[in-house]
Amino acid sequence: MARSRDPEVKPKKGLSRRAFLSRSAGLAISTPIIAEAELAASAGPAADVKILGPGKVPVTLQINGKPHNLSIEPRVTLLDALRNYLDFTGAKKVCDRAVCGSCTVIMDGKPVYACAVLAIEAQGKQITTVESLSAEGKLHPIQAAFVQNDAQQCGYCTPGFVMACKALLDKNPNPTMEQVREGLGGNLCRCGTYAGIRQAVQTAGKALKGGRTNG
Amino acid sequence: MADYKWPEESKKTLIGKRINRIDGPQKVTGRAKYNSDLKRPGMLYGKIVRSPYAHAKVLSVDTSAAEKMPGVKAVKLIDVPKGEVQWVGQEIAAVVATEEHLAEDAARAVKVTYEPLPHFVKEDDFAKAGDRATQADERTEGDPDKGFKEAEVVTEGFYAMPVITHCTLESHGSVTEWEGEDKLNLYLSTQNVSGSAGQIAPNLKIPATNIHVHQDHVGGGFGSKFGPDLWDVQGALLAKMAGKPVKMFLDREAELMVAGSRPSTFAKVKVAAKKDGTILAWDSVSWGTGGLTGAGTPGIPYVWKIPYHRKHTPVLTNIGATRAWRAPNHPQACYVTNSALEDLAADLKMDPLDLFIKNIELCDRAALYKEELLKAAELIEWKKKWHQRGDPAPGHIKRGLGLSLHTWGGRGHVAECRFTINPDSSVAIDLGSQDLGTGTRTVIAIVAADTLGLPLNAVKLNIGDNKYPPAGASGGSTTVGGVSATTRRAAVDALEALFKVVAPALNADPANLEAVGGKIQVKGDSSKSMSWKQACAKMGVTPISINAKNKPNDELSNSGVSGVQMAEVSVDIETGIVKIEKMVAVQDVGLIINLKTAESQVYGAMIMGISYSLFEEKIMDETSGRMLNPNMEFYKLAGILDVGKLQVHMMTGPDQDKRGVIGLGEPPVISPGAAIGNAVANAIGIRVPNLPLTPDRVLAALEKKGGLS
Repeated sequence: MARSRDPEVKPKKGLSRRAFLSRSAGLAISTPIIAEAELAASAGPAADVKILGPGKVPVTLQINGKPHNLSIEPRVTLLDALRNYLDFTGAKKVCDRAVCGSCTVIMDGKPVYACAVLAIEAQGKQITTVESLSAEGKLHPIQAAFVQNDAQQCGYCTPGFVMACKALLDKNPNPTMEQVREGLGGNLCRCGTYAGIRQAVQTAGKALKGGRTNG
Repeated sequence: MADYKWPEESKKTLIGKRINRIDGPQKVTGRAKYNSDLKRPGMLYGKIVRSPYAHAKVLSVDTSAAEKMPGVKAVKLIDVPKGEVQWVGQEIAAVVATEEHLAEDAARAVKVTYEPLPHFVKEDDFAKAGDRATQADERTEGDPDKGFKEAEVVTEGFYAMPVITHCTLESHGSVTEWEGEDKLNLYLSTQNVSGSAGQIAPNLKIPATNIHVHQDHVGGGFGSKFGPDLWDVQGALLAKMAGKPVKMFLDREAELMVAGSRPSTFAKVKVAAKKDGTILAWDSVSWGTGGLTGAGTPGIPYVWKIPYHRKHTPVLTNIGATRAWRAPNHPQACYVTNSALEDLAADLKMDPLDLFIKNIELCDRAALYKEELLKAAELIEWKKKWHQRGDPAPGHIKRGLGLSLHTWGGRGHVAECRFTINPDSSVAIDLGSQDLGTGTRTVIAIVAADTLGLPLNAVKLNIGDNKYPPAGASGGSTTVGGVSATTRRAAVDALEALFKVVAPALNADPANLEAVGGKIQVKGDSSKSMSWKQACAKMGVTPISINAKNKPNDELSNSGVSGVQMAEVSVDIETGIVKIEKMVAVQDVGLIINLKTAESQVYGAMIMGISYSLFEEKIMDETSGRMLNPNMEFYKLAGILDVGKLQVHMMTGPDQDKRGVIGLGEPPVISPGAAIGNAVANAIGIRVPNLPLTPDRVLAALEKKGGLS
């Protein structure tokens, strides 16, 4: 029942979208970026706080190695920036509140829910989306393993799972089944493709690193 | 007269093999474009203003503030029948704006005043239903009174399944784009590409022929996406008002509140039997809700042809309307029936597997069910692991086994297709169907390529557009039978036409030619042959184009599957947490076109079944009339951690092949509730009557039983 993902994934600092939306008075602000609406609910700006919004602000996102310049409101999530203002639609909007993982992208090497990161927070970070994995027209071994093991049906959760798998295998190319289950526990599928996904991760792990040496 | 029948086992090159789905690479790379991914030039984002009341009179709607909000391009009222909203989430008004969050701002700025009226949203206690209970559907078959008179044992039980939602990951919605005044492009998330234009046309007051529907991929349907919805109509009307394309997809909250649900069922059951386990009679009183519309009567007793009397009362509630949910009414009927029979076995101290087999002649296809029961029992090691109710092992983890069986129709719908062989040797198939992720594309390509003796990638397949010949909606597990039959007919006809063209060059009778391994040759004589490319070149400049339509009752498709599932669970009697250790599915489905995607359907259905057995419930609040969990934190789906070991055994071989193709999407989702519920009862020694089997319910049942051991 418990679903966890690498605890490091959860933003320890910075303004999560949920915290932003909750506007709880007395929220401890440890970020150098703050939106005006948040400010109104807090005691006042610290000297080093930069105020952004509510109007559009210039935002530069480093996606798949290339910079993308946008003019968007500070409340726009990374997911909406990717989907609505750019054309990276591999990440899907499903739960829109950091539960289902369909919007998973990799940010500075760690998988994140793009719906729970503000675009302004993602500046200066290396963002990797599913589109980059097959940039040269060839399937990444993880993607090939998903196809081979039929780890998709409707396919709407699939890009998120592929990215979560990538983050998992980048860190640990030889995961045990338990580690696979833990690493992918933050992604949900409605068609029920978990059996294929479990196999796909094992296949991909072998392809990437010559395989597990023991059980 | 062409011979369309499926090839014999020895002649099959692709049919029945494990083939990777052909759109897999699109999906894993994120290149697959769903209509919710579309961005059209100047596109606006739509948002619906929804009622916060389960029942209320709408007194006034003031859109003036919303109209002045930044980025807002159009606002319109939605007609509320009789001026009364009937469920939380019902549509009041709609807005479009240049950016998604601006549309949300504007929707919040619409001021609506209501006069709240009494509502009724919780149907679990029938005594409280009052006039919300409608005309009961009462039925008797055989002579149940005789059975109850002759009974040596009468088992009584109560079984319940709540309303659940479809929770498709791609929410319901569309992108609508006008071309001029009277032509519309409708990019709809749908299970019904060919049938959608006709459904929406009257609302838009344009002819259906002016509506172009296109969809490459759909992010889940499960019975909830058979046509355009009210919000799609509103999107199109706003697109016209604003003169820009509109994207109108539901947010998750609306999706879970209004875009489809499965009716609940609550049933009190009596089963009469002899001491030796002979089942004699059934009596049930049940009720359930599908919102404000009827939801049909679950067919109980299910599969087992027991003399029965049953009474089912639909209860009307102020919740979003029910929609077909993968195998409508079957999971409920299956759960009630197979749970009651397992309770009977427990009362008799009998192994339920023995009880099932003893009475198996009460089922149609009894021999097949028996074979499947024995196969499933072997795979889950039933005889080794089964114990009487209540795991005698010490400790707080109790293990148990449960079983269930199910049925479904699944005959192919009528589909048309256009099949083209070009002089340059390319092959194209146009078919107005859709691939829900079940593997429809791959099935069509397999049938075509196998028939023509070509590799899979020689076939160019076009689906998902209403400019192609119409195919039925993908519901009722009817698609695979329909599209495979029509493709087979078209391919055979096209090949015969090609044989006529090339026969003179091979100095042969066209009827004596065959297409094998990329060649056209004289039957059984590979020395008299020409390559596919050479053969096609003989056409000159005119392609062979065949329009085909399958017949609803042809031999290519069939109806009526069986299927058995067994579950092994462990239950922590201190926490009440149920864990799936293993599930086994044994499924017949006639001739299998693609074994790989067929197995995926069964795995997926078992997982979906685990999800509704352990987690899913649309929780309604009596006071506010609201759904308390319209989000994915609290409307829980099973995750990869929750599903245990899964094993699928497809019934294959000549006995299955000769039946023809039968649909598979629905049958394997029917049994998990009963199989898992029975396993929990077997583990802890008492029935937990209500799905989902949440820890609180497990602990409550244990308390009723009188303690933890």
